[in-house]
Amino acid sequence: MNAAVVVFPGSNCEHDVVHALRVLGAKAELVWHRETDLSDFDGVILPGGFAHGDYLRTGAIARFSPVMKEVTRMANEGAPIIGICNGFQVLCEAGLLPGVLLENQDLKFICRPIHLRVEHSNSVLTRAASEGQVLKIPLNSYEGNYKASDEDFKAIVTNHQIIFRYAEASGEISGSSNPNGSMGAAAGIMNKAGNVAGLMPHPERATDQILGSVDGQVILESFIVSMETAGV
Amino acid sequence: MKVTVTVRRLPNISDPQGTTVARALRDLGHEVAKVRVDKLITLEIEGDDPDAVRAQAEEMCEKLLANPVMEEYEISFQP
Amino acid sequence: MSDTLYRQLGMTNEEYGSVCDILGRTPSNPELAMYSVMWSEHCSYKSSRKHLGRFPTEAPWVVVGPGENAGVVDLGNGWLAALRIESHNHPSFVEPHQGAATGVGGILRDVFTMGARPIALWDQIRFGSLNDAHNRYLFSGVVSGIAGYGNAVGVPTVGGEVEFDDCYAGNPLVNVMCLGVLKREQLVLGTAGSAGMIAVLLGSATGRDGIGGASVLASASFNEDSGTKRPSVQVGNPFEEKKLIEACLELYERNLCVGVQDLGAAGLSCATSEPAARAGMGMDFDLDTVHVREADMTAAELLMSESQERMMAFVTPDKVTDVLAVANKWEIDASVVGTVKEGGTLRVFHEGALIAEIPAASLTENAPLLDRPSSRPEWLDDLWAMDPPPPTTDVAGDLLRLLDDPSVADPAWIYQQYDHQLFLNTAVGPGSDGSLLRIKGTTKGLAVSTDGNGRLCYLDPRNGSARLVYEAALNVALTGARGLAVVDNLNFGNPEHPYIMWQFIESIEGISLACEALGVPVVGGNVSFYNRTDDQDIHPTPIVGYLGMADPMPTHPPRLNQAEAGMELWAFGPDSENLSGSTYAKVVHQHLGGRPDGADEKMAIAVIDLAATIAEHELSPALHDISDGGIAVAISEICIQSGVGVKTKLLSAPFSEPPHRFLAVLAPERASEVAKLAEERSVPVARLGVFGGDTIELGSASVTLVDGTTTYRSAIPRRMA
Repeated sequence: MNAAVVVFPGSNCEHDVVHALRVLGAKAELVWHRETDLSDFDGVILPGGFAHGDYLRTGAIARFSPVMKEVTRMANEGAPIIGICNGFQVLCEAGLLPGVLLENQDLKFICRPIHLRVEHSNSVLTRAASEGQVLKIPLNSYEGNYKASDEDFKAIVTNHQIIFRYAEASGEISGSSNPNGSMGAAAGIMNKAGNVAGLMPHPERATDQILGSVDGQVILESFIVSMETAGV
Repeated sequence: MKVTVTVRRLPNISDPQGTTVARALRDLGHEVAKVRVDKLITLEIEGDDPDAVRAQAEEMCEKLLANPVMEEYEISFQP
Repeated sequence: MSDTLYRQLGMTNEEYGSVCDILGRTPSNPELAMYSVMWSEHCSYKSSRKHLGRFPTEAPWVVVGPGENAGVVDLGNGWLAALRIESHNHPSFVEPHQGAATGVGGILRDVFTMGARPIALWDQIRFGSLNDAHNRYLFSGVVSGIAGYGNAVGVPTVGGEVEFDDCYAGNPLVNVMCLGVLKREQLVLGTAGSAGMIAVLLGSATGRDGIGGASVLASASFNEDSGTKRPSVQVGNPFEEKKLIEACLELYERNLCVGVQDLGAAGLSCATSEPAARAGMGMDFDLDTVHVREADMTAAELLMSESQERMMAFVTPDKVTDVLAVANKWEIDASVVGTVKEGGTLRVFHEGALIAEIPAASLTENAPLLDRPSSRPEWLDDLWAMDPPPPTTDVAGDLLRLLDDPSVADPAWIYQQYDHQLFLNTAVGPGSDGSLLRIKGTTKGLAVSTDGNGRLCYLDPRNGSARLVYEAALNVALTGARGLAVVDNLNFGNPEHPYIMWQFIESIEGISLACEALGVPVVGGNVSFYNRTDDQDIHPTPIVGYLGMADPMPTHPPRLNQAEAGMELWAFGPDSENLSGSTYAKVVHQHLGGRPDGADEKMAIAVIDLAATIAEHELSPALHDISDGGIAVAISEICIQSGVGVKTKLLSAPFSEPPHRFLAVLAPERASEVAKLAEERSVPVARLGVFGGDTIELGSASVTLVDGTTTYRSAIPRRMA
C-alpha cells in the first residue's frame, strides 16, 4: 500500500507525515502539487502547513493545483483521502468536504495538546479506533474554527459526519474543551461515504513517546487499514 | 459619513501575496502582468463636515490603519 | 557627484581614499555602492575584526570554523551540524514584525547555504519596560514576526530568552540562532569554484528592499531622524524560502553545485565578490540577467538591494540545465547571471556597458581594519564600590515581585505563538533551561542553550561574559549533553567610545577564557555595534549560543514538570550572598552596582560534569539551573510547572545568583547515590527539603502554589492584554 503525501508550495508538515507513516510500516511518498497521475497510489494525505501562503483564503489557491483533479477522481472512486490541518482546509475549499475553517474564536494562534473524542469508527480516520475513545493530540493552528451553513450542518449531523469532537480528558464535551469555537465542537469531519476526512489537530505529532503522546498512531493506522481495505 | 480607506503597500515594498495570486491566475490561464493585494476599510464616522471627517480619517490612518513604514493610504467618501 | 555620494553612503574620507588607491582612479557610482555596503560595520566588522581573532576556534571536531556562512562540527557517524547566530536589531526597531521576520529568514539561509537542513531556531529578544506602550508594540511585533516567518517556513522555534530593561528601550535586541544537520557528503562551501563556473541566482526577484540597509541602518546609531530611514525595510516571504530550502537541498543531494552563497546584507555585491575571492578567482557578472521585480532599477540599486529569499549557486556549465530544472520544479525563479574568471577581477555589466571593474578580494580583504581606542571607564571602581542594599525581610513578598517581573516570569505568551513541534524532534522544548532535540536515524541528541545577561556584563564584562559560557554549558549539561561548540552574538553600544571598546574586548576575553577552560571552540558569531539611541548605550549584551551532544540521547531527559510529592529537593554547587547585578537588586531596589561574583573555572567544570552525569544516567526526573531571581525563583518554577508545593529549610540567600549552582529533584532512594557523585567532584551539596502540599515554603516564608502560579503565568499576558 502506497500513500501519496501531497506537497503544495508552502506545505511544511510533509516530512513529518511521511516519517510517521513509515514508522507504522506503511509506504509513503512525497508528491509535488503539479503531479497529474496518482494511479500508483492507494491513498492521499494533504499535510499541514501554509499551501500557497494561505493567500486570499486558506486553501483557496491550493484547490486549483493540478494534483487536485486526481485527488478528486480518487475520492469519487472511494479511495482514502485525508487532510490534516491545512490539508483539511484545502479539502473544504475543494468541495470534497462540507463547511469551512475560519479564524479561531479568540483570534489567537493555538499551539498546545487537546483531547479528541472518537464519535464512531466508520471513517477513514477512525476505523482502527473505538467509539468514545479519547486521544491526546497537538493542535497547531490559527484557522481551526469549523463552520457550515445551518442547512449543511443539519445534514452533517444526520449523516454522522462529525468523526472527532474536542473534549475534556474524560471524554466529556464542554464549552471550555472547545479551543476554537468550532460548530458542534467538531475537530474532524468526513464525507457521506466516509472515505474522505479531515481533522485540525496533528496526529503525526503524537506518534512517539518522547514527544509526549502516541495517541496519533491509531488515527494514522485507520488510514493505512482503509487503504488496505479499499484496495481489495 | 461613510469613508473608504484603501491601504496599499508602498511601491518599492515587496507584495508576496500579490505575486502568489498572479502566479495562480496565470496557472488558470489568465494573462496578468502584475497583481497587488490591497486592503479596503470602510468607516462610518460621526459628523457632517467633510474636512473634519477627512482629518479624523487621516489620523486613524496615521495611527493605526496604515503602517507608514510599509504602506500608503487613500481616503475617499462614499455617496 | 561621487564625493558627496560617498558620505551619503556612510563612508569616511579615509575609506574613499582607500578605494581610489585600490582602483588607481575615482570609483564609478556602482563601484562606490559596492564598497559602501561591503565596508559597512555590519558587513566588514571593521571595528571588531581585530579582536575576534582572540577566540579559540579549533578542535578536532570542527569541520568549518569562523569565516564561512555557518560553523560546522562533526557529530560522528557521518553526521555534521551547522550553526549560526545573527542579529537584526536596528531593522526591528524600525519595523518590528518584518525586522524580526527577515532576521529569521537570513539566519536560515546562512545554515542551508552550507548544505544543511535547518531543524530548529532559538530567539533572544530584549526590550524596554512593558509599562511603555511603544515597547509593548515592539515586543508583540517582534514575536509575531518570528512566529509568522518561522511557522510559515516550517522550522520550529524551540527555545530562547527574553529580557526587559530600560537600556533596550530605544534599541531592542533581536538575535536569532539556527541549527541544521547534514550528512558529511552534503557539505558545500561558499566558493565560486574555478574558472568557467556559472553563477546562477535563485529565489525571489530583486527589488528595492533594504537599499542601503547594511550601510545605512546597521552601522549607525538612532536619533530623532530615524523616521527618515524608513524606505530601507525588507519584507520577508517565508513560503518562498520554504521552496528555496527544498530546491537547494535537492541541488545538494544531486551534487549539482560546486559552491553556494546566500544573499544577506550587501546582497549581490557580497554574493559575487565573496565566493570569487574565496576561490582566488574573479567574475564577469551581468546585472541585466538578474530577475527583477521593479523595471527601472539603477546598477547601484541592484548591487545594494537586500531583497530576501535569494541564493547564488556556482555550477559547472554542464549542470546548469539541471539546476534550472530543479528551480523550475520547485517554482522558484532562477537566472544565469555570471561566469567565474581567472585573475581576481570582478567585472559588472549593465545595459551592455561595463560599469564596475574591481579586485573581487578588495571588498573583503581591503576592508578597513580599525584599531579603535579602548579604555577602562573611570566610573567602574566607583560602581564596584556601590554595593546593593541588603535584602528585605519580606521573602514571600519579594518572591512574588520577582515572579511577576516579565524578565523572570513564564514566557509561554511568547512561545505558544511558535510552532515548536514541527519535525518531531523536540524532546525538551521551550520553557526549559536547555532544549534537547533528537536526530532521527541516529542515537544522538543535540542540546542548545542561549544565554545573555546585560547587567552582569555591564558591571564586569570579562567575568560576566565568562559566566554566560558556563551558564550555557550548565544548561546544556542539564539535558545530558556535553559541549561541542559555541557561537556568540556580541551586542554593544557605540564603538567610537573607548569604554565601549573596552567592554567589547573584555567580553571577548571572558568568553575565550571560559571556552578554553571547557575545551569548546567558537565556530562563528556576529557583532552588532551602535546599539545606542541619543545618549543611551545598551548594557554590553553578549549572547552565548552553546551546542552540546548526548549520544545516546536519554530516553527520559529531565523536565521541569516532573517533581512529585515525596521527592527531595537538593542543590549542587557553591552558594553565594552576592546580590550585585542580580534581578533582585533591580526589581526590589532598582539598583545596579557592586561587583558580581566571578567565574570559578575549576568549580564550573566540576558542576557541569556532575549535571551531565546525573542527566545522562537518568538519576533525576527534574533539574534546574539557578539564574535570574536566585534559588527562591528556581525552586518556585519547579513547583509551578510540576503543580506541587515544597517545604525547605531556611535559605541563607534566597535571591542571590551564584554562578555555578543547580537544583535536582531526587527520589529519596537515589539521594545518597547522587550526593556521592557530587562529593567525588568536590561539589558542595545541600539537601534543601521535600516536595508536597500546596504551598511553596522557603524556611519561614510562604507563598501558596496558587498565588505563585497565577503571578508567574499572568505576568506577561496581563501586561499585553
